[in-house]
Formats: sequence, structure tokens, C-alpha cells
Amino acid sequence: MIRSAQDDQRIVITGIGLTAPNGDSLADFRAALLEGKSGVDHYHIRYVGDTLAGECHFDELKHQKRKELRRGTRAGSVAIYCANEAIADSDIDWPNVNRDRVGVYIGVTEHGNVETENEIHEIKAFDYDTKVWSHHHNPRTVANNPAGETTLNMGITGPHYTIGAACAAGNAGMIQGAQMLMLGECDVAIAGGVSESIRTFGIFAGFASQGALAENDDPARASRPFDRDRNGIVVSEGGCLYILERYADAAKRGAKIYGELAGYAMNSDASDFVLPNPKQQARCMTMALDRAGLNAEQIDIVSTHATATPSGDIQECDALRRVFGKSDNTLINNTKSYIGHAMGAAGSLELAGNLPSFDDAICHPTINVDNLDPDCELKGLVLNEPREKKSVEYILNNSFGMLGINSAVIIKKA
Amino acid sequence: MTTTDIKKEILDILEVIAPDEDLTNLDDAVNFRDQLELDSMDFLDIVMELRKRHRVQVPEDDYIQLASMNSTVAFLEPLMKDIVKA
Repeated sequence: MIRSAQDDQRIVITGIGLTAPNGDSLADFRAALLEGKSGVDHYHIRYVGDTLAGECHFDELKHQKRKELRRGTRAGSVAIYCANEAIADSDIDWPNVNRDRVGVYIGVTEHGNVETENEIHEIKAFDYDTKVWSHHHNPRTVANNPAGETTLNMGITGPHYTIGAACAAGNAGMIQGAQMLMLGECDVAIAGGVSESIRTFGIFAGFASQGALAENDDPARASRPFDRDRNGIVVSEGGCLYILERYADAAKRGAKIYGELAGYAMNSDASDFVLPNPKQQARCMTMALDRAGLNAEQIDIVSTHATATPSGDIQECDALRRVFGKSDNTLINNTKSYIGHAMGAAGSLELAGNLPSFDDAICHPTINVDNLDPDCELKGLVLNEPREKKSVEYILNNSFGMLGINSAVIIKKA
Repeated sequence: MTTTDIKKEILDILEVIAPDEDLTNLDDAVNFRDQLELDSMDFLDIVMELRKRHRVQVPEDDYIQLASMNSTVAFLEPLMKDIVKA
């Protein structure tokens, strides 16, 4: 049934479940961001060897049996943890929710690399005899895996799928969930992004070959967007799933509302496989502002995507200057400086870390900036120390990815 | 491998593929499925583990032989009698 758009345009966040390298709940994550606590640590992965990564430490057995863990994937496990925590946080009457009307929309940067690498590693010990290739390989590597595992774990019989959107996936998952609510395809959307990327050596090796993998003797200092001495990405895993509902439904049940989706946009660069395009990034942010009926000055915090690659940060700063260059109100921060790049989870985690600003009016800083790159100089950039505002009414969250995929989401204070 | 060795090996495999189950009171004469939460993928896991650990091939038509501990051991005995226990 397609409902009338007029009744169903207001989408609100009523629950958050997350795991980040520096926190397994919104409260812990936020506290870590305000304390300047990094989640990056030493990490070892086969073939690549010693490197750095952001690894999550959530209790896998909180919502899964050991057999489910063995059969499923890390991304599935992250999604199941986040989805269950989000539902609990939403205080929705879950036992009595019609599971036919719950949709699961999870953004992923990639899926299947981890599981395929594991199988190839396994059959290597058998002289590449494919007869020992696991029968679990296909259900583990189908692209809908993390969302599908979530439905199996929670008895959800509504639609589920993943949204492959490179590193814009976290925002893309949320946007998809909101759109499906607007269309009346579901009444509750579990939406956001997850990543298991630190389990694939390929992503580390790929970034290293690209000259874009961070190195630092001190893991906590390795992810340093906007710093002159930044030297690349810290790969991380994580997840953040939101419970989205139509405002009327949330208000009817007296739900706690974290914020309302005021605007969003996605577009494409159509210019390069890996290099961002500031013109199109700026257009994406402007489209989101236009759809929200806002001007740049009304945005209190911009959560940047910057990954600490030499060129990517400069390109995003160029885009930000085009949109927010004249705004005296807008503060700009970055969360990857704490947790590294959580890939498919990055957009949703980075937004979540900023949402408590609606309550405390504090903007967490970008840490690890000892010497600001002059090309990253921006009005409103919050560096190394939190900054307090009188109030925070609107947050814009950027999330960009390879092949030139851009996304921006604007959340309004409830 | 002796009958006892094969039974121990099957128990070891079951511990891996069904880690939430208590195997201490498993009745060897009763079907696994009547005592444990096992599905078709789990039985494929048993087949796969036998292949990986001992290069024992269980033809698809013989999967039915893996129904209980007794039937499994009886089926595997001729196939594993010459395998030296590690």
C-alpha cells in the first residue's frame, strides 16, 4: 500500500544501536569523543602483517548463540548487535510489533571479501582442492548477508537488503530507510551501515598500494584528518543502525526522538574512480540544504567525511568552503580522527557521535591536528578541544565514497 | 581408528558445529536431530569436517547414514579403520 506522501514525509530517529572501536553504546561513544579517546590500535592481518586498525569489542554473545556466530559473518554479527541494541533503545513494544512491517536497510562498503579470502586461505592447505570449499560460502557472501542475518536473528519478515554505496553507505542506508517509510513499505525501519572490513587483508593491501594506508608509531595518533603530516586511512570496523519511524507513529507511542531527518541528497562525481570532486560534493550538500529549506548559516555542525588522505581532505575542504565559507555559525568536525575509517559504518557512526550535541550543545573536535594543513584551513573547524555553542539545531553529515558517490544528511533537533 | 576413536572424533566435530549443545548425555541410538538442533547445513559440516580432517568422502546418497551416532560410526568404520589416529 502506498500511503499519501503528505502524511508520511516526517521521519524521525527513535533508537540508536552502535559499536565503534571506542564504544559499544551511544553514551560510551559520545564520552570517548568528548574525552579525545581514540579506538585505533595495533593490528595484525595475514599477508599484510603488522598494521593499525580500529577493532570493535562488543559482546558478540549478547544477541547471538555461538552456533550463529560460527555460521554467520562478522558483518552480520555487527548488524545483529546494533539492530537489537537500537530496538531496545527505542523502547518500542518489540514483542507486539508486526514484524511484517519492519524493514532492514543496511549500507555496506563491500561484502564477501572477508569470507572469500578465508576460504581461499583454507583451501590453500589442501592444495587448492575446491572440494573443501565451504557450503557456507554463498550464504555468507551474498550481498544482503548482514541485513538477512538480522532478519533471521530477530524474526523480521518485512523487506531486507543492503545498499552498496562505498563509504557513503551509512548515510545511504538511512536515506533508504526513510524513503521506504515515506512510501509506506514499512512502519519501522532499521537503517544505517556496518563494516567488517578489517577482516580482509585486501583492503589494507589495496590502500597500501595506493599510498593511502596510515602509518604511525602511536596508533592513537595515526588517523589525523586535516593535519599537515597525515599519511592515510586507518581501516576500521563498526556499525550503527537507527530505528526510523514516521513522526506520527513515534509521537503516538510517546517515543524519545533523537532528531528529525530534515533533508538529504545523494549524487555522483562522474569524474574519477578514487579522487573526489569538490564541485559535486558541494552540489550534494547544497541539494540537501535546499530540500531541508535551509541556508548554510543555519547548520550548526558539519560532520566531515575526511579520511586523512592527502588529497581527499583538501577536496572536501574545497567543497565545504564553497557551501559554508560565509557561515559564521557553522562548526566543522571529524570523527575518523578517533575511530579511523569505519567504511560502511562511517556515515552512520559519525552522525551518531554528533547527535548528543542537540542536548549538550558541545561540538566534539577533530583530534590529532598538530599542524593544520593550510589547504584545509576552514572557518569553523573545531580542532583538538571541544567547543560549546549556545544551541545546536541542525547537523549536516557528509559521507563520500569511491567511484564518486556523495551523500549528505541533515538532522534537525526534535 | 577404532570404533571408540571414531566416536570421539564425531563428538569432537559436533562440539565444533553445535557449540551451544550439551553432548554429555547424547544417546547413541537416537537420531542426532531428535536430540540436537541440527539442520541440513550442519550435516554438511560433518561431511566437510570428515573430508578435511581425514580425507574421507561421504557420498550424498549415504548422508542418511549419519543420522545417529551408532549409524555414523557403523558407516565410517570400514572407511576409517586404516587411518592412524593423530
